[in-house]
Amino acid sequence: MSATKSAAKRYAMTVDTRQCVGCKACVLACKAENAVPDGFCRQWIVEEVRGEFPKLSAEIRSERCNHCTDAPCVKNCPTGASHVNEGGVVLVTHHKCSGCKACIAACPYDARFVHPEGYVDKCTFCLHRVQKGLSPACVGVCPTGTLTFGDASDPESAVSTMLRERRSKVNHPESGAGPNVHFLV
Amino acid sequence: MNELLEATTTRTNPGIDPSLHIWGWEIVVYLFLGGLVAGIFVLAAALELKSGEKPRGAALRLMPFAALALISLGMGALWLDLAHRLWAWRFYLFFHATSPMSWGAWILVLIYPVGLLLGLGSLNDGQRAWLRGKTPGALKRLLETLFGWADGARRGILVTSVAMGVALGIYTGLLLGTMPSRILWNSAVLGPLFLASGISTGAALLLLLPLEERERKTLVSWDAVAIVAELVLIALMLLGFATSGEVGQWAVSQFLGGPYTAVFFSCVVVLGLLVPLAMEIIEAKRHLPFAAILPVLILAGGLALRWILLTAGQHSAFRFLP
Repeated sequence: MSATKSAAKRYAMTVDTRQCVGCKACVLACKAENAVPDGFCRQWIVEEVRGEFPKLSAEIRSERCNHCTDAPCVKNCPTGASHVNEGGVVLVTHHKCSGCKACIAACPYDARFVHPEGYVDKCTFCLHRVQKGLSPACVGVCPTGTLTFGDASDPESAVSTMLRERRSKVNHPESGAGPNVHFLV
Repeated sequence: MNELLEATTTRTNPGIDPSLHIWGWEIVVYLFLGGLVAGIFVLAAALELKSGEKPRGAALRLMPFAALALISLGMGALWLDLAHRLWAWRFYLFFHATSPMSWGAWILVLIYPVGLLLGLGSLNDGQRAWLRGKTPGALKRLLETLFGWADGARRGILVTSVAMGVALGIYTGLLLGTMPSRILWNSAVLGPLFLASGISTGAALLLLLPLEERERKTLVSWDAVAIVAELVLIALMLLGFATSGEVGQWAVSQFLGGPYTAVFFSCVVVLGLLVPLAMEIIEAKRHLPFAAILPVLILAGGLALRWILLTAGQHSAFRFLP
């Protein structure tokens, strides 16, 4: 793969809200894969009920860091620990993090937390797996095919196809951060 | 109708849920002391620039050193807030222009040499002789060099002190104001508001010291200007929210009828600003004796302003919008 193509890569995820049953397999797979400590999570399930009884509708969403294109966490990090890595994935370099929590306050999605070891932690899109050609742990374990991960800059990728063929939305577009987790509706 | 009836989440991360509470008393203390020290720098230097002579009172001459002690206390609180305290030095291996915290870290370092020169230049002959006597032999030459700089470039140091004070005061507000994810902090007014509040609390602290009558009158008049500026900036902040669509209107509702209305208007606007301002005007018009409660109210109001804005801001995430 050429350096130019690699630089233009833009990892994104789609979450099919019509498929998700809220089984939390993604949450547990993430905890196991990334040794997330007890009492913390890098991803979570949100369930919203809308309407007026008896005409109700429910939406279940598997949520995580949105790896924003214009990430406020990266902008606000005073030590350079929060940074944009390959494919636009936002990561935290643990040994550079002083735990000042500016990134947590800056995150529109409250997707970060302070790890008991003192650094700020969050979803990494399982970049360590992706670099080996594997899918993120949550995507691999999802029993209903809710989650699709890939390079949104590649029009042939599964995630691009999903975004092209289905209606989608993002959480809190008003933040202006440019989130890269899209919810298919 | 497709209104949201109920939202549940499986996330229960400490510090994050049910609503953000990562920053507590340590940051309130730091923001307060940072503003206070900013005010002392601006006022101490501006008083000398205005009068053209060094402060006469012993207390005012020593204020730059007291300011350095106070900012050290504030930095101590900031350090206590760090989740990884042993890695605090990481702030000084990097400069990130888009991060107000990075700017602040470097401003805090620059404050020390400027404050030291401001203080050394303010000392009278007796105080200098005492300091020379207490300085170990190896450092005497360095001390004389510093005295030389402090006296030789006095005007430059005074102007730099004002600039550093303004930078410190504004940065404490911008630190919060540049976080678009916290709706109540999302206002450019916070920078000047925290600066005006810092100048007012700095003046209040100086007014608690034994001062010459001329210095006291100047400080009271400057404090009145700072209080009026604060009131205008608070009004502009609320007006800015109220005229900026649905999200801003939710923000303003928190202070006008919402959960922070009573505490904000009673502790900050009335007791911290309007009552001291009225006292200053009445004292000046009727030549009444100075009441020590006036600076105490201003200091308490400045602390309350930061406490309320820090707490309210953390609770104002997009996910709580109706």
